Amino acid sequence: MQSFERWIEHSRRDFLTSSASGLGMAALGSMLTADGLLSPAVAGETQGTIATGDHFVRQMHHFAPKAKNCIFLFQAGAPSHLDLFDPKPKLNELNGQPLPAEMLEKVRFAFIKKESAVLLGSPRRWSRHGECGMDFSDFLPHLATCADDLLMIRSLHSEQFNHHPGQLLLSCGRATFGLPTMGSWLTYGLGTESQNLPGYVVLTSGRGSSGGASLWSSGFLPSHYAGVLFRNQGEPVLNLTNPAGIPVEVQRRGLDSLKALNENRLAATGDPEIASRIASYELAFRMQSAAPELIDLSGESAATQEAYGIGRAQHPEATGRGNVAEAHLTFSRNCLLARRMVERGVRFVNIIYEAWDQHSNLDGDLKYNSWVVDQPVAALLKDLKQRGLLDSTLVVWGAEFGRTPLGENRAGRDANTGRDHHPFAFTLWMAGGGVKGGQVYGSSDEIGWGVASDPVHINDFHATMLHLFGLDHLKLTHRFQGRDFRLTDVAGKVIDRWIA
Amino acid sequence: MHRNRAVAGDFMFRGRKMIQAFSKLVGSLLILLWCSSSTGQELPKAAERAVDFARDVRPLLEKHCWSCHGSEKQESGLRLDRHAALLEGGDSGKVVVPGNSQDSRLIHFVWAVDPDRVMPPEGDRLSAESVGVLRAWIDQGCDWPESESETDSRNNHWAYQPLNVSNPPEVRQTDWPVNGVDHFVLAELESRGLKPSPEADRFTLIRRLSLDVTGLLPSVAEVDSFVSDVRPEAWEVQVDRLLASPHFGERWGRHWLDMARYADSDGYEKDNPRPDAWRWRDWVIDAINSDMPFDQFTVEQLAGDLIPDATPMQRLATAFHRQTLTNTEGGTDQEQFRVEACFDRTETTGAVWLGLTVGCARCHSHKYDAISQREYYQLFAVFNNGDEHTTVIPKSDQEIAEYQKEKAQFDSELSAAEAELKEQQLKLKSDFADWEEKAGVLLTSAPSDPQVKDFPEATRSIFAIAADKRTMAQKQQLLDYFSLQQPATKPLIEKRDALKKKEPAKPELSVRVIAQRTKDPRTTYVLRRGEFLEPLREQEMVPAGLRVLPPMSRRNSDGMGDRLDLARWLVSAENPLPPRVTVNHFWRLLFGHGLVRTPSDFGVRGDRPTHPQLLDWLAAEFISGNASAGSAGAVRPWSRKAILKTILMSATYRQSSRHRPELLDEDPQNLFLARQNRLRVEGEIVRDISLDVAGLLSRKIGGPSVFPPLPPGIAELSYAGNFKWNDSTGEDRYRRGLYTFFKRTAPHPNLTTFDCPDANITCVQRQVSNTPLQALTSLNNDTFTETARAFAQRIIALPRDNDESRLSDAFRLCVSRPPSSVELQELLSLLKTSREWYRTNPDQAQQLTGSETSADIPAENSAAWVATARILLNLDEFITRE
Repeated sequence: MQSFERWIEHSRRDFLTSSASGLGMAALGSMLTADGLLSPAVAGETQGTIATGDHFVRQMHHFAPKAKNCIFLFQAGAPSHLDLFDPKPKLNELNGQPLPAEMLEKVRFAFIKKESAVLLGSPRRWSRHGECGMDFSDFLPHLATCADDLLMIRSLHSEQFNHHPGQLLLSCGRATFGLPTMGSWLTYGLGTESQNLPGYVVLTSGRGSSGGASLWSSGFLPSHYAGVLFRNQGEPVLNLTNPAGIPVEVQRRGLDSLKALNENRLAATGDPEIASRIASYELAFRMQSAAPELIDLSGESAATQEAYGIGRAQHPEATGRGNVAEAHLTFSRNCLLARRMVERGVRFVNIIYEAWDQHSNLDGDLKYNSWVVDQPVAALLKDLKQRGLLDSTLVVWGAEFGRTPLGENRAGRDANTGRDHHPFAFTLWMAGGGVKGGQVYGSSDEIGWGVASDPVHINDFHATMLHLFGLDHLKLTHRFQGRDFRLTDVAGKVIDRWIA
Repeated sequence: MHRNRAVAGDFMFRGRKMIQAFSKLVGSLLILLWCSSSTGQELPKAAERAVDFARDVRPLLEKHCWSCHGSEKQESGLRLDRHAALLEGGDSGKVVVPGNSQDSRLIHFVWAVDPDRVMPPEGDRLSAESVGVLRAWIDQGCDWPESESETDSRNNHWAYQPLNVSNPPEVRQTDWPVNGVDHFVLAELESRGLKPSPEADRFTLIRRLSLDVTGLLPSVAEVDSFVSDVRPEAWEVQVDRLLASPHFGERWGRHWLDMARYADSDGYEKDNPRPDAWRWRDWVIDAINSDMPFDQFTVEQLAGDLIPDATPMQRLATAFHRQTLTNTEGGTDQEQFRVEACFDRTETTGAVWLGLTVGCARCHSHKYDAISQREYYQLFAVFNNGDEHTTVIPKSDQEIAEYQKEKAQFDSELSAAEAELKEQQLKLKSDFADWEEKAGVLLTSAPSDPQVKDFPEATRSIFAIAADKRTMAQKQQLLDYFSLQQPATKPLIEKRDALKKKEPAKPELSVRVIAQRTKDPRTTYVLRRGEFLEPLREQEMVPAGLRVLPPMSRRNSDGMGDRLDLARWLVSAENPLPPRVTVNHFWRLLFGHGLVRTPSDFGVRGDRPTHPQLLDWLAAEFISGNASAGSAGAVRPWSRKAILKTILMSATYRQSSRHRPELLDEDPQNLFLARQNRLRVEGEIVRDISLDVAGLLSRKIGGPSVFPPLPPGIAELSYAGNFKWNDSTGEDRYRRGLYTFFKRTAPHPNLTTFDCPDANITCVQRQVSNTPLQALTSLNNDTFTETARAFAQRIIALPRDNDESRLSDAFRLCVSRPPSSVELQELLSLLKTSREWYRTNPDQAQQLTGSETSADIPAENSAAWVATARILLNLDEFITRE
């Protein structure tokens, strides 16, 4: 076996030095320093095939990181920034008036009929919160208490106004298929710190999202970097539970034989991929106990559970597309699970809540959805902070676009009770992970139509996000089909004012 | 690559206009005039001497222009380092008018007053004198001597050169090579002082061959037959047998389906099912099984509809490019997604046939490869007039043949029955005439008369027509009605009508394909940054191939090129790229890596071939079909099977895949093939061979996609919960993995966990990952548990009388070879401890074996075998082709 150990190390180094960009070299450096700690059985990466048995944490940072983990609260369907975060008195003043024709000339809408569209003011009551005096509408009373930790970005813009393309852009940096998502890039760049859990986890609440599985795809990166979907019912991870009649003892005994047989074949063939396979089976076995432990909330205090709204009663006016599959319960639980995952070293947790596509009944639906997320998200931020985790955990709340200042007047509908898709200016917020909280960044214009100052493209957001993790978005690349791809496509600039 | 999103600026601008608009709205009018700066300034005078391009002009262009309009970059689609490109102009049209510098925009660009518009935008501006030189050069005819033509290094790139075919080289170890392949490989090894590996053992060989060619395991009998076959032609017999298997088309068809991004649903948010998509999938399987030559395979799929007198099957073939996604999300602009699909068709064609990523040129000229944005849109123009279209296709040749037989039978039975009836009706002729007359009268005079009151509406309506106006058909209907009342003819009428109901339905399907748009053909323009609303209308893009390759000829010299021209260009004798790319894929699928290790990138950034001569030799053999001719003599141009046979016959292919420590320093990545490679089988095959070993696999080929059990909660992940997955029953539960219904937004996790592509874009090479989720799937998933149970039943039923021989047989079923004594002992020990466990835990034994226990076998025994079978099915070796 001695010579094969050498082979394994050799081929792994070869992979790292030949992979695109300086990333490989950085990994090589950290690997060499960690060499003594590595057992040959955890063979790491060989010739493009990547083993999850790879325990070592890659330290591919290009500079000192502030964030170690990310919780992304993906509000799919796109909430109205005009009714939650970005008050527009002028819009209320102009309620019912049309926009000047020249403004509508080059604009496309998903549903609005331009000829008869009129502006729709917001009936929300607004107040300022925290030392920073940040605006929140009356729908988000809990979140408002976290104002001084939030970086509120009111000048985000995108060029996609349909859901799936928009969600792809927010997830991958470009509205095309086949690209890795944010969590894939982070785990690709930084590895995972958990020995028993996947590095990239996806949790969902409510209905399926427009983007479906493409929102946690690893694209052209190996599927090892794809998000692992945790389930709300039954076993937390697909196939996690042994078949009926296979107790843990029999599972372990079988895996011991499997390991012996596979090692036998490893000796006969010398193929390091077998070592990776053995490691994968061992990680799978550990996951079988770690994942149930993770989702078991019985160790959480009653106060904590209550803060997150675990088991809370349904809202009396529950309504709309966000009220599906007990979303109010799963969302609370998912927020608490996210904290537990971060504690256990999961790098990227994506909580998807597909609920916000309010083309009609905006007031009623938005009220309900806001209620679903407000308390658990505020609890999450406070819980992380109290445990000293917020500084190293980046929490992001955002969606693929915002909603129009114009009311929706879709054909066949008289009532102007909703808003259409609006990518020209919308709001996203972040907290923790080294961002400078208590700050409102950028602005939309008087009616929330376009960006008035400090425009932020999603590529800029991604560039800054990677920066917080100590990664240079221009250097975190992967060569595929002759091109060095990155999360920020062909653009992106780091926004220094966001960084604490 | 890096730029700031110009969009941001647009929004700023929009913001400004916004304020303007509102100022107006609230009363204080603010007028902003956006006037473009007009020059009005005199151009410098043209130099009055005769200018020399090399001495006077070239240095100016090189200094001021080429950094943005040269080989590296072509801003605005304009390059000024080649004569033809200069004359052609950029995205906004021509820039020079030879003989007239006053009207040449180039001159106005370099002499603009507006600092935002002057060229070059940075660096030194051209002096008046220099502009005068340029003017004189243009006025004097804009000459550019041949000797001064810029030779672009990218045009010299190996992949764009014609095939360079050489004879297989001499080697020292003359007893090793079997055919030309081995000469190339061995010569390379010898030049590096390396020796090839010995041939793999026969168990490994037959298992490797079966998996590579058909994706199925050899049966134990097939293994034994090969192992004991000492004839020199034993290997060739197996190669021929497997290449002739109908499962060959499934295996190699699946590789093609990856490239075609084949799926059974639309994709995007709504992701509606495409219930007839499978028909094209079956076309692929059939075409590959019948060894349709690759040139024809190409032409039919890209342009089957344009072939003169296209058959329904040729029209069906074009569904290759109907596999693009369809976005029916509310509020989408269908033109946007039509253009998007054409982008995909352009880029998929580039990736599959040319091995090039042309996609980057959608938005800007390619920085590294010789594909300009203009060329991208010339290629795009080919697809821009191919629209999706519904056509009617026979379900399958077999069903049509059966139908024709049944229909003939039906026709003859029907005509016999009709003849019999007619004969009787003739005898009733006069009775009928009386009845007809009488009934006609009664219907008007006494409609409630019992003789007519029960007449059906159809009969009454005929009587309403004057007797001499009734058609033959109407008369016949009356006669039939009359005959139904007569004892002599009633049974004959009933017999005929019963027969008619049994008329066989024609087995046809409506299928979406691509058809040429003939009415209002679209004109193609470059789309600024790939945005469909921003065509640059200055210059029309005419279909064309790539400049670095031989020109694409058009069938109609005066017409536009179309898909048929493109397809023929791809497989023309002069085009070296498609055969190179294609044989590289064949090689990759048989060795794990291509001779070019970047199969999707034959461009300047991709890897160079490890064996350039071998690659070209194989490409040439593929085109000519000579190598396969052998003693049989038949030349099979573009034959997939023939070129595969050449590779499969080689000693290179047959080598052991055992890693050799001494190769560590010399060739750690096995670039030079001193051994074979071990490869994990694809996701579909993991399923297929597990079911096969368990005796559950259905080998049925083709037909509608099926729905093997799906874990709960997967279908629900798709948007709007609009998708119901109803598990197939019977045989369809156990079909091969490639027949599983592929829903793009919620694909079957047993497939994707093992790296099946998501079918959203072309996949020219699958990832191979090795993850704990795979381990959990094959250990715990219901399908695999069912498989382990069935496998255990099969083992127990073997005609053996002890555990050792049963285990030995079971092991052979999985990996073809017999176990070593160490392996057998390990398995025996597992079996025995499991048996002990279940003896003391009978409840668990019952749970594990489920209902499939039999009275004469103790539950603990069945359960122990399930537990053991389960581990066999998880062996690394089981899911690896060695």
